Amino acid sequence: MSTSHASPRETTEGTVYTVTGGDWDEVVQSAARADDERIVVNMGPQHPSTHGVLRLILEIDGETVTEARCGIGYLHTGIEKNLEYRTWTQGTTFVTRMDYLTPFYNEAAYCLGVEKLLGIEDDIPDRASVIRVLLMELNRLSSHLVCVATGGMELGATTVMIYGFRDRELVLDIFELITGLRMNHAFIRPGGLAQDLPPGAVDQMREFVKKMKKNLPEYDKLFTGNPIFKARMQDVGYLDLAGCMALGATGPVLRSAGLPHDLRKTQPYCGYETYDFDVPTADTCDSYGRFLIRLEEMRQSLRIIEQCLDRLEPGPVMVADKKIAWPAQLALGPDGLGNSLDHIKKIMGTSMEALIHHFKLVTEGFRVPPGQTYVAVESPKGELGVHVVSDGGTRPFRVHFRDPSFTNLQAMAAMCEGGQVADVIVAVASIDPVMGGVDR
Amino acid sequence: MSDADKSAGDADGVNPEKDLSAENLPGQRGQGGEEIRVQRGMFGANNGGDTSGYGGLVRSVRLPGPASRPYGGWFDEVADELEGALEEQGLLPDNAIGKTVVDRDELTFHIEREHLERVARTLRDDPALRFELCTGVSGVHYPHDKGRELHAVYHLRSITHNRLIRLEVSAPDSDPHIPSLFAVYPTNDWHERETYDFFGIVFDGHPALTRIMMPDDWQGFPQRKDYPLGGIPVEYKGAQIPAPDQRRSYS
Repeated sequence: MSTSHASPRETTEGTVYTVTGGDWDEVVQSAARADDERIVVNMGPQHPSTHGVLRLILEIDGETVTEARCGIGYLHTGIEKNLEYRTWTQGTTFVTRMDYLTPFYNEAAYCLGVEKLLGIEDDIPDRASVIRVLLMELNRLSSHLVCVATGGMELGATTVMIYGFRDRELVLDIFELITGLRMNHAFIRPGGLAQDLPPGAVDQMREFVKKMKKNLPEYDKLFTGNPIFKARMQDVGYLDLAGCMALGATGPVLRSAGLPHDLRKTQPYCGYETYDFDVPTADTCDSYGRFLIRLEEMRQSLRIIEQCLDRLEPGPVMVADKKIAWPAQLALGPDGLGNSLDHIKKIMGTSMEALIHHFKLVTEGFRVPPGQTYVAVESPKGELGVHVVSDGGTRPFRVHFRDPSFTNLQAMAAMCEGGQVADVIVAVASIDPVMGGVDR
Repeated sequence: MSDADKSAGDADGVNPEKDLSAENLPGQRGQGGEEIRVQRGMFGANNGGDTSGYGGLVRSVRLPGPASRPYGGWFDEVADELEGALEEQGLLPDNAIGKTVVDRDELTFHIEREHLERVARTLRDDPALRFELCTGVSGVHYPHDKGRELHAVYHLRSITHNRLIRLEVSAPDSDPHIPSLFAVYPTNDWHERETYDFFGIVFDGHPALTRIMMPDDWQGFPQRKDYPLGGIPVEYKGAQIPAPDQRRSYS
């Protein structure tokens, strides 16, 4: 093996080396000798702290992350494609399964879109809107509680995990009482709601608000001033306002950069402009700020829930237009929810027209005038937008969900590169991605 | 009809249920709007087995067509500013903006694809426009809209002015290329990958346009209308229920 492949030659410009050939053994050996600890780590898709089937591909040098990329799509279920083969009403059953921690937001955004295409936004009964707000704010609590709980667990704080899931269970109990299901409710329907609140729901919600007012300060006591927690969260997952705007980040991520952008305030829907609440912000741009924002948003949600409970007045929960309103009067049978016996008696026994109408509306559905619309709601994760296109048929022509988890997760690389491996977990947790929403 | 109904109806001689206000009358099937498809027959029966009498039905499906000035509200302001800003850059607005649609209180600019990036950059940078937040791109496939089958729809939000507009760009199936907005709105990185994955729209200039949801070696573009949904018939209580895309369709 020769010692030099580059022979020097003197010219008027200085020494010129002519590189000839190459000895790959030497290159390989010198690469092996270098103290380079650069390795590529594949984290997930089945990792307990990646929030579902999220795959993180990290290039690390020692403990430092030099490059971070996401691999997604492991939970893609083709919901948007499936919607094109169901009626508009059946769509709610699908969209509620997208971001499974915020089912009511998916349903509300979708239904608001369909209602806008139908041009019946002003006909939605007040009671339906109030209950929608009520359910959405309860859902914000349960979503943030999961975020705080799992985020705490990923830091090794199992107490906060137990606390978070304990309180979330209270919310899910209310959901179960109202809709019959803990998740995947399909309760908000185009035109209103599937049914009215059951007896006892308001009392249980008031009880819940009282209990949560007692429980929420526990998170403060456990976490907010906790030095370990602060050391792990402060200045971790940093993303400033310019980064948020460029990457389209919304929700707590954007508000942690100091911009009080909240669609409930700027583009109110469901009558949010009539409720009294604050939009918390932080100026730290880090995971700790996002955590504090989520805690404060839970308090604000309790405020909104109280206002909803105070203004609940008896009335219909579905539009009066019988061409849109679901004909089945649901009732609680001995084996769970079902059509009300009175309704069945009417359509089977006395009114042929009602039977035809019921059959047509359920099998064929209603037609939605051609056009497209974009409706956005402020989900706990950010701007949840729905682009709905109709071609005048009884099925959606195209429904696209702009899920905040999907968009915010792009910021992972910007938040993690240059940081420690252990901080990747914290940064991803502060985005609060839910893979059901990311992949759809 | 029960007695109570009868007496109520007889009171003034007209059916009280009947609503004669214009908005509740059936829509006029005029020639307005843009035809995207012609629907023939009904109930999805197209193999000669249709005895319903609807087999000869011909219905043209029309999307809202171009609007004329004034558009109303702040729409005119945005349109004026955009046209002015484009003119300043030496670009004739009519060359860039194919048509402007105002429908359901939403403003849509149909942009010629070669000018998309310039228009988006103008919308983002002009202080009077300042649409700083792009909510990504959504693809739509209109298989019967010849020459403009694939649409990419962008929703731009201005937090500064609290406005929302829509940009729509179309490309033919035979040449599914649309310029990438990645350089203007980096948030479109994943959104464009998703739209490429599902519709096969190639976003020229995107740094790494690969599949994002489907496996890397997937064939075809699942959200296109000609891509089958798939699915298998299932048996329920002794009856065969066909797959969702094989069921009767009323659209």
